[in-house]
Amino acid sequence: MSRFSFVTWLYIAAVVSAASAVLAPIRAGTEPIGFWIVCGVLALIFLVCDSTPIVLGPGQWAWSPSSAATLAAVALLGNRGAIGAAIVGASAVVSIRRVQIIERLFNGGMYALAGYAAGMTYHLLGGRHFISISHVRQVVFGGHLTGYTTFQLSIKAFVAAAIVHVLVNHGLVWGMLLVDKTSRATVRQAPAWGVPLLLTSDLGFAALGLVIAALWGTLAPFAAAIVLVPLYVARWAMGQFAEQQRAHTATLSALCQAVETKDFYTRGHSERVSKGSGMIARQIGMRNDRAEAVAFAGMLHDVGKLGVPTKVLQKQGRLTEEEFAAIQLHPMRGLQIVREIGFLTEALTGIMHHHERMDGRGYPMGFAGQEIPEFARIIAVADAFDSMTSTRAYRKATKIPDAIAELHRGAGTQFDPKFVDAFVAALEREGWQLREPAQPRGHEILTSQDHDDPITPLRVVEGM
Amino acid sequence: MTARAAEQRWLTWQTIDTGRLVLLSATVALVVIAVARATLVQFQDARSVAIVFGLYVAFGELLRLALPGGREAAPIAMSAALSYAMVLQVAGAGGPLATNAPPLQVVLVVAAGMLLGSLPHIAAGRRAGLTGMSARLMAVTCVAFAFHPFSGYLLGRPKLAFAAMAALAVLGWLIETVISALIRADDLRARYLVTLADELRVQWRLGLAAGVSAIIMVFGAEVMGVVELAVFGGPLLVIQFAFRRYAGIRATYLQTVRALAQVTEVGGYVESGHSRRVSRLALAIGRELGMAEPDLLNLEYAALMHDIGQLSLVEPIPGGATLLVSPEEARRIAEYGAEVIKQTGVLDAVAELVRWQWLPASGGPGAPPLGSNVIRAANAFDDLVAGSTDRDRVAAAVDRLLLGADSEYDPRVVAALVTVIDRLPASRL
Repeated sequence: MSRFSFVTWLYIAAVVSAASAVLAPIRAGTEPIGFWIVCGVLALIFLVCDSTPIVLGPGQWAWSPSSAATLAAVALLGNRGAIGAAIVGASAVVSIRRVQIIERLFNGGMYALAGYAAGMTYHLLGGRHFISISHVRQVVFGGHLTGYTTFQLSIKAFVAAAIVHVLVNHGLVWGMLLVDKTSRATVRQAPAWGVPLLLTSDLGFAALGLVIAALWGTLAPFAAAIVLVPLYVARWAMGQFAEQQRAHTATLSALCQAVETKDFYTRGHSERVSKGSGMIARQIGMRNDRAEAVAFAGMLHDVGKLGVPTKVLQKQGRLTEEEFAAIQLHPMRGLQIVREIGFLTEALTGIMHHHERMDGRGYPMGFAGQEIPEFARIIAVADAFDSMTSTRAYRKATKIPDAIAELHRGAGTQFDPKFVDAFVAALEREGWQLREPAQPRGHEILTSQDHDDPITPLRVVEGM
Repeated sequence: MTARAAEQRWLTWQTIDTGRLVLLSATVALVVIAVARATLVQFQDARSVAIVFGLYVAFGELLRLALPGGREAAPIAMSAALSYAMVLQVAGAGGPLATNAPPLQVVLVVAAGMLLGSLPHIAAGRRAGLTGMSARLMAVTCVAFAFHPFSGYLLGRPKLAFAAMAALAVLGWLIETVISALIRADDLRARYLVTLADELRVQWRLGLAAGVSAIIMVFGAEVMGVVELAVFGGPLLVIQFAFRRYAGIRATYLQTVRALAQVTEVGGYVESGHSRRVSRLALAIGRELGMAEPDLLNLEYAALMHDIGQLSLVEPIPGGATLLVSPEEARRIAEYGAEVIKQTGVLDAVAELVRWQWLPASGGPGAPPLGSNVIRAANAFDDLVAGSTDRDRVAAAVDRLLLGADSEYDPRVVAALVTVIDRLPASRL
């Protein structure tokens, strides 16, 4: 718990005490039984939704439709709606998710305040109550149709209440992010589609709350239960999506590793270039989905090397023109392999052009400067850096500071200075995991030249 | 990609079969009757209700969903159509706007909505999806005819009405699924019961969501009136979004494996196109053998990556034909390939199929899994034929496989392979 700073503690305390102040006047005897039944059922729905969130990405990004229950309370309970919604929201404290006590308190306080604000909005704008909580029989068994007029008169107030709920909820979370460093790091990892998804789903959940309220008159608590069914289906699909996405990434990286096991010294190269390219992309503040794509491109950039005959890679002396041409072809070969993978599109340009140089002396196209696609310029930096800091048959690994100096030396001629600076800054911030120097065990292929190595360029018979 | 799609569409037209023909003509007849009736009989109740429901169906058809395995679903259209068939009463400002519509009116409104919703698809050059729409329309028609006689009695009896609607929603879903499975079994030349089981397994969650949403809409319409029904779009759109992402990543996954399986070809280890051909043949054999869809997916992945173990070889095998290497070498390659696939942590079943492909169908330490036998036979066939369409060469390859049936290859698999090859040349699989 010591991970929170003083300001964070203060913030949480403020939220929790504000919620307590809202909830303090409630006494069991002052509310009718119908009120407690509705609150109880909705709190149960809230907890069911809250306990089965879908984790959408790394960190804490989860998706839970619990706000539907809070907003249903707002429309069902009329002038008691604010208090009722606060009670429903406060049930987040007893969530059966494994959450730290302090987070429980904050969540409970946050949802209680959001519910209370939504309820007040609804009431002030003249929203009607959908059922009569004084008739316990109706509350429990239904059979009383909510009037069309009631609904019509309330819908604007409900929309306003839903907006207020979203604002308070996200506002309080945002406040938490402002005061707390660790939460901020979590946000950075959020998937690109996180925000649109959250907003879309918030709208959808508000609609669900309205549906629960509208059906309660006829179907009573059962209304709340059947509304959960479509949500279960959505949850299942999102869960499947997340699982497939993990599987996809794992498969991609396993297949890349399989390609490079052929060559002892470059093992893990793709993985590290992928990581380095991702670091640069994040450092320059690239949009999340593009940063992901550049990491994929980094992972796959050398996949075409498989098309280069082993004997060329192993050759000790100078390369003939033909052999050098075979090496120069590998970005095209890589492109040929991954071309059909639909989601890569921009990443393809990165794979094809990762050996272009800023001065136009690279391959395969001889592009110069800004002609080279951005992805390719990023990968080129990470690629050269990892090559230099790894051990090769003909030399030991270069120390990180020396490799950085070499990158700076090549900035402008070989590399884009912008990305060299970004990479160096990212290195200082995040560090770099060097591979442990290993000894070849005998049956691996030992390449004698590395086409990625800017310190020891390939030697070609007739020169360039 | 487009060339292949066009070719496939042409093939679809060429092989238009009795099942589809019967379904389409029944639909056309039904719609003709509904239109004829509309010219004779006045529309019941307010037209606005019919128009709104029709638009809702159209919207649902517009947002059709591609599901894994080349399926299509339209949960929003289905739930809108079902709710129009079962609506009890639609609230309006001056009293109820509408009660349950006569079945043929339901047919007319739903069919019009579907056609309207499919127009943008046609304009964009996608398939019109006539088969799927027909199946949905048939299901809705049955539900409407079954529900309408009791609708007056059920009004004001919400619990009984709920039970009846639940039962009819299940019925409607079953009708749609059975029809789609029939058509699909014809298309894929798979066994009907297997296809039906696959279809039920893939579709039940969406069917559940569509059915429950329809019931919620029916009760909601009593309170909310017809325009505000749009509020139900919210939850269904969330589902739609989730399924779209799911189907998208499934397709991407398959693309990635297909593409990366080519590394062995680019590396000169196997002939170009080998993995793709083996996977197509293996898939056809698996269907012929009545394998269920999850097993078929594993089989497809395994067949695509069956040669990945060759990456451990320093020098490629001449011609890439694993048929020619010694059993020990084949075993080493298979085991290395399985290790690579196991690395993913999610494809263990696929890894097992790859691991046992070296093992003869009989005479090993244990019986290899069926999928491995299929890959073994498909791989041998492709090594012998190498994509050629020469009949003599194919016949020779088949003879050699038949000779090896029992000892080398699983006789069932070889029989299925022969059936598959007889039906369509291997190049067209």
